[in-house]
Amino acid sequence: MGNKTRQLHRFHGGLHLPENKAQSSGSPIRALPTPKRLTIPLAQHIGTAADVVVKVGEHVLKGQMIARAHGYVSVPIHASSSGTVVEIADHLIPHPSGLSAACIIIETDGNDTAVADTLSADYTQLDPSELRNRIRQAGIVGLGGAGFPSFIKLNPGPNRPIATLLINGAECEPYITCDDRLMRERAQAVVDGAVILKYAVSAAECVIAIEDNKPEAAQALRDAIEQCHATDFSVVVVPTLYPTGGEKQLIKIVTGREVPSQGLPADVGVICHNPGTAAAVHHAFALGEPLISRIVTVTGAGVREPGNVDVRVGTPMADVIAACGGYTDAAHRLLMGGPMMGFALGSDAAPVIKTTNCLLVAGREELPLPQAPLPCIRCGACVDVCPANLLPQQLYWHVHAKDFDKVQDYSLFDCIECGCCAYVCPSHLPLVQYYRFAKTEIWNQEREREKADIARQRHEYRIFRLDREKNERAARLKQKQAALKSNKGNGDADQDPKKAAIQAALERAKAKKASVNIPPKNTDNLTEAQQQAITSADERRRNRGPAIATRPEDT
Amino acid sequence: MITAVLALGILSALFGLLLGYSAIRFRVEGDPVANQINAILPQTQCGQCGFAGCRPYAEAIAAGEADINQCPPGGEAGIRALADLLGRDFKPLNAEHGEHKEKMVAVIDEQVCIGCTLCIQACPVDAILGAAKHMHTVIEAECTGCELCIPPCPVDCIDMVPLQQDVSTWKWPSPDESKNAQQNA
Repeated sequence: MGNKTRQLHRFHGGLHLPENKAQSSGSPIRALPTPKRLTIPLAQHIGTAADVVVKVGEHVLKGQMIARAHGYVSVPIHASSSGTVVEIADHLIPHPSGLSAACIIIETDGNDTAVADTLSADYTQLDPSELRNRIRQAGIVGLGGAGFPSFIKLNPGPNRPIATLLINGAECEPYITCDDRLMRERAQAVVDGAVILKYAVSAAECVIAIEDNKPEAAQALRDAIEQCHATDFSVVVVPTLYPTGGEKQLIKIVTGREVPSQGLPADVGVICHNPGTAAAVHHAFALGEPLISRIVTVTGAGVREPGNVDVRVGTPMADVIAACGGYTDAAHRLLMGGPMMGFALGSDAAPVIKTTNCLLVAGREELPLPQAPLPCIRCGACVDVCPANLLPQQLYWHVHAKDFDKVQDYSLFDCIECGCCAYVCPSHLPLVQYYRFAKTEIWNQEREREKADIARQRHEYRIFRLDREKNERAARLKQKQAALKSNKGNGDADQDPKKAAIQAALERAKAKKASVNIPPKNTDNLTEAQQQAITSADERRRNRGPAIATRPEDT
Repeated sequence: MITAVLALGILSALFGLLLGYSAIRFRVEGDPVANQINAILPQTQCGQCGFAGCRPYAEAIAAGEADINQCPPGGEAGIRALADLLGRDFKPLNAEHGEHKEKMVAVIDEQVCIGCTLCIQACPVDAILGAAKHMHTVIEAECTGCELCIPPCPVDCIDMVPLQQDVSTWKWPSPDESKNAQQNA
């Protein structure tokens, strides 16, 4: 195992960045106490938001499902601790937009009572689809930062046999050390989880790739593999280079194969998971605990005691930072994720979610605000560093001109938004912002096109319907006219349908009145004058003829 | 001389027949250019272009009777796509036809609605639900924001409200635009 030498490859471009990992990697992971109030968003993963299954006022237990997966690309959400659901409403979520989204608010009771375990099982007794379903029921998503539902990755389909399960322990982004600490301290959980994942996809081998700046983690994993006698496992130490932790980049390094444009790792027989995800799988199968907590790196010059903390999903970020000693005077900006791929948050009121790998409180000098961009000088430095082999400069020009077709011709969607191009740009162009803008704009245009198609169909159907109604009316009119004409042709005036209909109605009314035999009402205690009026009215009626004589005593 | 005339005559007759046959056999339903243009138009059916809906406007563009910059809901992106399709130069939106606004949807104030059905008859995409003397309501997902329901309403109970943006429809701002905004501020 481990000592087998493996030919490593390299990907195009990449950067050596100041690591800034020592601030947070020195101290062990601390578990944070459960907060008073949990804000649990319904959308913490890529795909559709989960559907709420609890009501306000309901008491929930730790690990109880509070929102059900909606559609295929979705996972359920669980209560991170026991308590009472006090609100289901829109609250601020950690998202670059700074928008709010639906959240379940739980006031915790402090008991942390767990729900009955339905997850733990001996994985060897389960078939792969049942195994995947359990991983889904545990709410497990990729913990590297993207949050893609893990069970989908484990289902590559029958046409794509998986040779290698790759555990991505590269953690290449500066400042972030949560995977490093996890692999050092909970190596056994990572390996046990990887064994389950390997079994689920029947992979021939499992490779745990770690950058060479984390020798302790690599050693801990080697020991763990030794201890549980996991077969076909190896730890591969790869050179430190940003962005080695990119899925496609790591696959290239370890296997030498390139994931095709717009393709999936499974196309080259690889499935890639984060060590945190592997540990979460182990927790689900061994302890029966769904994904309700994660390890978060809290670091930067703006926080007093940088380190790694084990946080319940839904804990307000402010609580997490307070637990790390609070802000220093240097605190300037709060980012979720690292300095390269993370995004700035306007407030620390948002909760920690499944994809919060790092809270970076940057100082003013540490991560200065971007400088005013200058015109592109076409130096080509961005092309040299692009790990996806794209032409960032061309992409920039076409996005600038809003030529979104051309941008896609230059494979915009293969951009992993690593930020290397913007980092080296001597003109300080916010290149990644351009690509992010273009991607969301293209998606938006697609959505609008779909909506327009529906509107066109509805409009066309409406025109068709109005036309049909008009024709039907015309046809009815014609029919009536024809009927009238044919009657007139007979020359029989008595057979006029209108008159006949009136006559029939009169007869019906008469028959009804006669059969009911209604006695006159309010005829007791009449005065002389009233009696006379009635008699005269009856007289008049009788004189008018029998057709409308209606009083029962007259018939 | 006669042979030449004969040969040419026969040939032209043959080709004429061939062309005539293929004109019938390979006939294309509708105007393909108009269809392509119609596919680009936003299908709000609002009539701001001066035509009674998107298809008539598309047909007018195809026939050269209308310019490509008369559709406010399509905005700059729409004009760009049309210019691309027709090989013409991009030109800014003609202000006579209105300006590009953010996406709106109609909302009926159900307390005020008297159930007259006039808006239902005006809606080009059948997005209003209701019956005579019964409350009406707009199906938000189907509303194109064309505003055609507003003038017929006798009690002014229809409002246009901006479409609520959520996380799934949110767009990253363009660095170009935010730069301009900073300079203007």
